[in-house]
Amino acid sequence: MTTAAPKLEVCSATKKFGNLTAVSDVSMRVENGELRAIIGPNGAGKTTFFNLITGFFPPTSGDILMDGLNISRVPAATRVKMGMGRTFQITEIFPELTVRENTRIAVETGLGFSLRAWLNAAEKKRVVDASEEVMTMANLTSKADRLVGELSHGDQRSAEIAMALALKPSLLLLDEPTAGMGDEETYHVTGMIRRLHRDSKYTIVLIEHDMRVVFHLADRISVLAEGKLLAEGTPGEISANEHVQNAYLGKAE
Amino acid sequence: MSTVTTRADATVVRPWQQLVVIWALLLTAPFWLPLVGGYTAVAARVLVMALAAMGLNLLLGYTGVLSFGHAAYFGLGAYGAGLTLKYVAHSTPLAIVAGTLLGGIAGMLFGLLLVRRRGVYFAMVTIAFGQVCFYIAYKWDDFTGGYDGLRGFVRAPLDFGLFTIDITNNGMLFYYFVVVVFGLAVGLQALILRSPFGRTMLAIRENERRARFLGLPVEKHIWISFSISCFFTALAGTLYALLNNFADPLGLNYIMSGNIVMIAVMGGMRTFWGPLVGAVLFVLLQDYVSSMTTNWMSFVGLVFVLVVLFFPRGLMGVLQRKPSA
Repeated sequence: MTTAAPKLEVCSATKKFGNLTAVSDVSMRVENGELRAIIGPNGAGKTTFFNLITGFFPPTSGDILMDGLNISRVPAATRVKMGMGRTFQITEIFPELTVRENTRIAVETGLGFSLRAWLNAAEKKRVVDASEEVMTMANLTSKADRLVGELSHGDQRSAEIAMALALKPSLLLLDEPTAGMGDEETYHVTGMIRRLHRDSKYTIVLIEHDMRVVFHLADRISVLAEGKLLAEGTPGEISANEHVQNAYLGKAE
Repeated sequence: MSTVTTRADATVVRPWQQLVVIWALLLTAPFWLPLVGGYTAVAARVLVMALAAMGLNLLLGYTGVLSFGHAAYFGLGAYGAGLTLKYVAHSTPLAIVAGTLLGGIAGMLFGLLLVRRRGVYFAMVTIAFGQVCFYIAYKWDDFTGGYDGLRGFVRAPLDFGLFTIDITNNGMLFYYFVVVVFGLAVGLQALILRSPFGRTMLAIRENERRARFLGLPVEKHIWISFSISCFFTALAGTLYALLNNFADPLGLNYIMSGNIVMIAVMGGMRTFWGPLVGAVLFVLLQDYVSSMTTNWMSFVGLVFVLVVLFFPRGLMGVLQRKPSA
C-alpha cells in the first residue's frame, strides 16, 4: 500500500521579482483534512506564497504539487477546476449583485454551466440548492437579496468564503479571513472555518495575523519571515519556539 | 422577456410596469405620433438606433467592456442587406439574415484579436477596426458606391405565400415590421441576460479577478459577449438600410460608433431599456434640431453633457434605487 499523496506539496519554491526574492526556497506539505496556518510579519512573502500556490504567477524555481500532480505551470483557472478555492486579502466579490447572485454565479461556474443559455428544471434546482447551502454555511441566508457591496465588511468576507465554497473545493486557501474585523465578526468567521474543517472535512490553508484565531484553529503552523520558512510545527511547538518568539511573536507579553 | 434587474427590489417602477408602458407606446406610435408632430419613419429610426445601442449595451453595460467601433458592425449589417437586395435576391428576410451574418461574423473575427486588450486599449483597437471597414466602403466605388453610399435597392414586400405584406410602400406596415424584429431581438437579449452565461457577463463587469478565480475563462466569455453584441448591432444595421433604402459609408464611421455609445450612456447603460430611452432623445434631437440648424451635433453634445452631469446613471438610471450604503 502506498500512502495517499498529500493534498498540497510545495517543493523548494522560490519567487523573484527582479532583485527581490519574495519567497525563498520554501517547502511545505499539507495533508488531506489538515488545517494549516501561515503566519509571519508583514512583507514575509505570505501572500506571494499564496499566489504561487493558486497560480497567480509561476514560481521562479521549485514545484507545486496538488494530490501528487505537478501544477507549477497550470493556469489559475485550471487549478480552480482541479478543486482549489481561494479568497483574497482584499475582498474580491461582485459588489453590485446580491448575495444570492454572487453565490449562484459561483455555483453555476463550478458545475460547468457558465456557457449555458438555459438550465432544465433539475439543473436549476441543483444550482438553487447549492447556492442556498453555501449561504447557510456562511450564515448569510437572511441577507440573500441584499447587494453584497452594501453589507458589512465581515459579511462581505463571509460572502467571499461562500463563493469559494460554492465551487466545492477540495483545498481552500483563505488570505487573512478575519482581516479588519471586529471581535464579534472574527468570532463568527472563526466558528465558520472551524465547522468547515471539523464537520465538512475541508483541507484549509490560511494566512492570518490574529494569533487567537491561528492558535485556536490550526493543526499545524508554518512561520515565514523574509521569504524563508522559519519554523513549522503544532501550535504548541510554535509558541515554544525561540526563533519564532524572537522574530515574530515578541518576547514581551 | 422583461427588464433584467441585477438587484432585487431595485427599481421604483416595477419591471412589468416598464414593459407595459414601453410596449403600449411602441405599438400605438403611428396613431399618437402625428398628434405631437412626429411621423412614423422617425419612430422606426428610434427603434433601429435603440436596437443598435441595446446590442452595444450587452457589452458596455452588462459585460463592462467599451467598444468604440460598433458602427463597423452596424454598417456591415447595412451594406450586407443592401448588397444582397441589389445583387443577390429581392428578399427582405434574406437581406436581414445576410447583413446580420456579415456584421456578426466580422465581429467574431475581430473579437478574437481584441479579447486580451482591456480598457482604453480595447476601445482603441475597436476604433481601428471600425475605420478599416469605413475606408473599404468609402474607397470601393464599384461595389459599395463609395462616398455616395450604396443606392439602387429597395426593400422587398414580405411574401408569405398565401399573402404578401407590402412593407415597401406602406410606412406604417414597415414600422410594425421593425417593431416585430425589435421585439424578437430584445426578447432574445433578455433571455441571454437571464441565463447562466448572462450572469457571467455581470460577473466579469463586477470583478474580473474574482471571475477568473472562480475558474471562469474570462477572455472566452468577453469574446462571446462581444460577438453577440455585434450580431445585434448588425441586425439593427440591416433595418437601417431597409428603412432608408440606402447604405451610407458614414454609418461605418467612428462618429456613428460614438453616437451609439452616447445613446446607451444617455439612456442608462446599467438598465435594460436605457438605450431605447437614449435613442428617443437622440433621434428626436437629431430630427428637430437638424431642421433648424446644421450645427445640431453641438446641441446633442450639450444635452449629452447635461444628462451625464445631472443623471450620471442615465435617464433610466433615475428609476433605479441608489445603493443605500
